[in-house]
Amino acid sequence: MEVSSLPISASHRGKLISAGYSSLSSLSSVSPSKLAQDLKISENEVLEILKVVSARKWVDKIENRSHAIMNGAQTAWDILHEEESSICITTSCSDLDEILGGGIRCKEVTEIGGVPGIGKTQLGIQLAVNVQIPADYGGLGGKAIYIDTEGSFMVERASQIAEACAEDMLEYNSLLRKDSQACRVDKPPKAFMDNIFYFRICTYTEQIAVVNYLEKFINEHKDIKIVIIDSITFHFRQEFEDMALRTRLLSGMALKLMKLAKKFNLAVVLLNQVTTKYNEGSFQLTLALGDSWAHASTNRIILYWNGNERYAYIDKSPSMRSASAPYAVTSRGIRNSASNCKRVKLM
Amino acid sequence: MANKPISEMGLPKSIANVFAARNIITAKDALSLSEFELMELLDVGFEEVMLAVAHISEITCPPYNTAMSLLEQRNQNEYLAGHLPTRLKGVDAALCGGIPFGVVTELVGPAGIGKTQFCLKLALLASLPTSYGGLGGRVIYVDVESKFSSRRMIEMGFSSFPEIFHTEGLAQEMAGRVLVLRPASLLSFVDSLQQIRVSLLQHHVKLLIIDSMAALTSGRIWPGTPRHHPLGWHISFIKSLAECCRIPVVVTNQVRSQVRDEASRYIFQVQSRTDTMEDPSKFDSHLVAALGIHWAHAVSIRLVLESRSGQRLIKIAKSSISPSVGFFFNITSSGISLLSDEGVEMMGPEANTIHCQGLI
Repeated sequence: MEVSSLPISASHRGKLISAGYSSLSSLSSVSPSKLAQDLKISENEVLEILKVVSARKWVDKIENRSHAIMNGAQTAWDILHEEESSICITTSCSDLDEILGGGIRCKEVTEIGGVPGIGKTQLGIQLAVNVQIPADYGGLGGKAIYIDTEGSFMVERASQIAEACAEDMLEYNSLLRKDSQACRVDKPPKAFMDNIFYFRICTYTEQIAVVNYLEKFINEHKDIKIVIIDSITFHFRQEFEDMALRTRLLSGMALKLMKLAKKFNLAVVLLNQVTTKYNEGSFQLTLALGDSWAHASTNRIILYWNGNERYAYIDKSPSMRSASAPYAVTSRGIRNSASNCKRVKLM
Repeated sequence: MANKPISEMGLPKSIANVFAARNIITAKDALSLSEFELMELLDVGFEEVMLAVAHISEITCPPYNTAMSLLEQRNQNEYLAGHLPTRLKGVDAALCGGIPFGVVTELVGPAGIGKTQFCLKLALLASLPTSYGGLGGRVIYVDVESKFSSRRMIEMGFSSFPEIFHTEGLAQEMAGRVLVLRPASLLSFVDSLQQIRVSLLQHHVKLLIIDSMAALTSGRIWPGTPRHHPLGWHISFIKSLAECCRIPVVVTNQVRSQVRDEASRYIFQVQSRTDTMEDPSKFDSHLVAALGIHWAHAVSIRLVLESRSGQRLIKIAKSSISPSVGFFFNITSSGISLLSDEGVEMMGPEANTIHCQGLI
């Protein structure tokens, strides 16, 4: 273990190395007062450095003693078990759930993009409601965080979708669970609305701040199972002359979100906009924020129009193959496309 | 929030001084750097930097609301739970009450279809006293193309609310509530926006109309990097105006011709050449909304006005709470009136296409 890679301030590191202490073992046998003399810093600062050193050494010891071959690694078999027993968040459209392998997965970052009016916010609100479906009905029974950067979240619509979900649950209850009256779980629409935590973000600084703050927030409010950011693009599409800064900030944010997803076992859904790209002689639509951002998410879903129907296409996924599925936006939320059934009723 | 100085955030003195010494004054400066960059710049350990950044983030982050509390606030504090009724029954029903507060609503359509008429009617409706169903407040009308006609507005008033308008002095009172701004250029528009922000709260402004947005950016030579969207900052500003003052903002947009090779497909949508040639929808509609796709993403409600074989149609093209539906309408002395309150359902992306057939 080298001193040059310790997470201490640069000047302390420089002083240690120029005084000849280049490895951790050399620091183990020296007394704090001698070190203070050698480095010409105060004893308090030396004690801080030694604290960091001993923390690092403890980690090294664990590495050598653990039964796993590498610290922090998990065997593929364990991961398979985990994945099979994890519950996905349904999108309320069975065709869409099928191509997603059950729904939106936890521990993964899913990016969903499309042209304006295709239904990205609708899908976001539907997921914020569906994550709260209790375990008895096959859901996660969790809470949702909705980070709104554009002001597209409409409470009336969330209320409509929550009511429709509660009605569907009641119907399911009466149809299929007539025998088990005892474990009826009643979830009024008001309860759904109470469990959606809404942040309104007005600048990119606030966006970075909220992603940083999420860790503390999720620690305080248990059971958060989905974080939806609608949209991740809006504040990064303007006022950036420095594209390199934008890429750095975006990738930093993507890493933090991925860490959050893994640490708290929740799903992160990012909604993105579209832009045009010149490719092979013609302009084509593509998701915004550039090519380097395309690597940031685990899964990528593109929503598009095909004729008169809305379709979703899996553009990128480590486990599901590329496929399209139709879906519809109804007054009750996202549902299966009713291509040969009765037309959607007007309100 | 982003420009809040770090010195006021309650960080421990030692680290706050270090931030100030390295010229990192506001939260924006601090959060634009990664933790490692901060560590190098400030010459402090990783733990300290993490704690400082977490603290700054917590203070900078706006407070949260549950969706339930938002709904309750709207229902209690706002007129009709935050909607301005347009008095067109079908449209109001589809929009759950009317033009919503706090978001940008866009009216787009070819020239002469009735966008300005619609705006005049909305200005009238907002200035009506609350006892008669209006918002009882001032209206700021940004008239870029000098199309505002107060005579027409008052004519609409007399025609739609004859019993109210014949009251002595009411017409004058209401016309007195509509403030018309005529910016000559984008620059003076920007100045006006800053003024508007200040006066919005002080003077009980209840509606902001910008007619039209596209005219502000057309015919103007832009210095600077061509990659930049000239309206980027303005879009955010207008949206934030709408939101913090909780007023409806109505913006009109023009149309332009569609370029032959307009991007409408993704790379995975393979289209053979023959299909592209024979696509009938391409022949029918050669108009698209101006201002581009970035603007299209930014508006929350888009109402498309068009003409099909001489019949005028108003369509709800983008809205999170309404289905895609259109209503045929006429322009009468009282503004716009629907031919029927039963809408026509718009299938698929048809709601977004703009036709201009038969409109002389």
